[in-house]
Amino acid sequence: MKRIALLGMPNTGKSTLFNRLTGASARVGNWPGITVDLMSAKILLGGHIAELVDLPGIYDLHGFSDDEQVVRHFLENNHVDLVLVVLNTSQIERQLSLPLQLRDLGLPMLLLLNMADEAKRGGVSVDLALMQQHLQIPVTLLSAKYGDGCQQALTLAAQTLEAKSAPGPEALREQLRPDDHIEQEMNAILHHAVQLPTQFTDHTTARIDRVLLHPWLGLPLFFGALYLLFQFIFTVGKPLQDGVAWLLGYLRGGLLEPLLSGAPPWLHGLLLDGIYNGVGTVAAFVPIIILFFLVMTLVEDSGYLSRAAFLMDALMAKMGMDGRGFVMLLMGFGCNVPALMGTRVMRSRPLRLLTMLVIPFSLCSARLQVFVFITAALFTAQQAPLVLFTLYLVSFAATFASALLFKGRFPNSEPFILELPPYRLPTPHQILMRAWHEASHFLRRATKFIIAGVVLVWALTHYPSDVPPASAYTFAGMIGSALAPMLNPIGIDGQLAIALIFGFVAKEIVIGSLAVIYGLQGDALMQLMAHKLDWVQAMSFMLFTLIYTPCLSTIATLRSEAKSSGFMWLSIAWSLLLAWLVSFAFYQTARLLGF
Amino acid sequence: MQHPSLASLQPGQHAVIRAIHAEEGLHQRLAALGFRVGKRIELVRRASFSGPLHVRIGSTDIILRQSEARRIQI
Repeated sequence: MKRIALLGMPNTGKSTLFNRLTGASARVGNWPGITVDLMSAKILLGGHIAELVDLPGIYDLHGFSDDEQVVRHFLENNHVDLVLVVLNTSQIERQLSLPLQLRDLGLPMLLLLNMADEAKRGGVSVDLALMQQHLQIPVTLLSAKYGDGCQQALTLAAQTLEAKSAPGPEALREQLRPDDHIEQEMNAILHHAVQLPTQFTDHTTARIDRVLLHPWLGLPLFFGALYLLFQFIFTVGKPLQDGVAWLLGYLRGGLLEPLLSGAPPWLHGLLLDGIYNGVGTVAAFVPIIILFFLVMTLVEDSGYLSRAAFLMDALMAKMGMDGRGFVMLLMGFGCNVPALMGTRVMRSRPLRLLTMLVIPFSLCSARLQVFVFITAALFTAQQAPLVLFTLYLVSFAATFASALLFKGRFPNSEPFILELPPYRLPTPHQILMRAWHEASHFLRRATKFIIAGVVLVWALTHYPSDVPPASAYTFAGMIGSALAPMLNPIGIDGQLAIALIFGFVAKEIVIGSLAVIYGLQGDALMQLMAHKLDWVQAMSFMLFTLIYTPCLSTIATLRSEAKSSGFMWLSIAWSLLLAWLVSFAFYQTARLLGF
Repeated sequence: MQHPSLASLQPGQHAVIRAIHAEEGLHQRLAALGFRVGKRIELVRRASFSGPLHVRIGSTDIILRQSEARRIQI
């Protein structure tokens, strides 16, 4: 069977012509010497069956783009009896180079001047006879779009095929040797001196996809992978965070305390409890952010993020978000801050804002610490897991409810169309640069805001200076009593209100603040709380803590990522309102039921 | 619509794009990814719970929702 190759520059209507000549019989297939699939079809030509192969569009036979190498390797490894070269007639002045390059190879060929109708309208006229005479190859005009001239082209092709015999692949390889030599040298230099991400071939990608996007296996594998990544970030991150905390404590005790021992108490407090603790709050996030983006870069650049979007999109679309949002929501269960930064992969602003609005409802690891402490103090060992599980359910419910409520306000008009890139392995350099870039971005944007917030809360809980810190007589205590009409209906007293004000900075310091407020620590604090609070109050306090503003760092990130203070205030206001409503509903219902 | 849309293909089936009914923005987005009239397109798989479609045009793999797929006639 004779083989015919269809060749031309990109956008010459080559594929349209291929479809017109072959109808619906084309198949995708593998070819010796190349790694990409090419379309081919059997066509009837002058009473014989011939095989027509659609080669990628190229500008230069001797060029070195992927497609140009594919075409060369195809010609070097597959016997071709005839080449059909397609040109866009209206651009003939810059496309004639390609047929001349091919002619020099000695391959039998036929020049097809496509888009003849368009060229004629544009005033381009071609003297076919003169052109044939110069080129020494048959030339014909046609319009692949409308089918004019196609039959004539096929007849000419059949004649050329009969008349001339083609040189074999060996002869072509001989002629293309200089190009192959350059390719080899390029590869050698790239291999030794340049680090490129490893990209899997389409074939491997399709095979991996068959497993990872499997109708039944896909979702379990996705959750399994997320669980492992999550575990990695937080098992590695926790000791790092503890290390940073230890280092900061060591610096404070060993260096700053002695240095400032002579300073007046207000300056000592401002510098150490205000500014230095603020710095500490920021620093505690850095290891988690770096680890998160190490993992995120791997997920994103490997091509898996788009696959995850494919798997989860059905559910997320109902909430006005897309599949990528789900990955960020789950990451938010570790820490909201990097999850918010991760939403940058979304191009549509309303979609991104909606996702950023709901991420803070994810029960992060800092909030979990508070809940573990309080459940241990007020619930039995049998009840505690159930209480924690309920809090996770409430977290999901708050996320979904908020998304459903606000999806109308953030209508996502962007169509969900994503390319699934071939799987590739990002280079270590790429991953490290990203992690470093994100961490420094967070430090630059959030530090001032967070330190100012920590100083403010320190001032509220330590002034006026003649009363015990964090007592009812400080500014924080006064705010607490001022808010009493609102907080009493949800069972939160003045002392817990001060803890909530501390909790605005970071949930990690809520238990610490309770220790200061009650003047007790550890087991003694647990006993006192069990004595002072009943379980309904404790549950209401935990529900409020779960839903209201997670921490200053989240707020700072929200503001810098959304580039809008208005959006930040919306997030704060909505989470406070929702927290109050949920706690109110719970507390009053429980009391009504007689608990 | 007299012609079926991309959303009606079964996994593994091929078709040729006949028409794309989309406003300017979506049209450009689709064109950039290789959706053009006359191009062959294959439905590779569908996500569970009537989620997005995974299609292949040439050597490019693309996912899109059913709502967008319905605008592409085959």
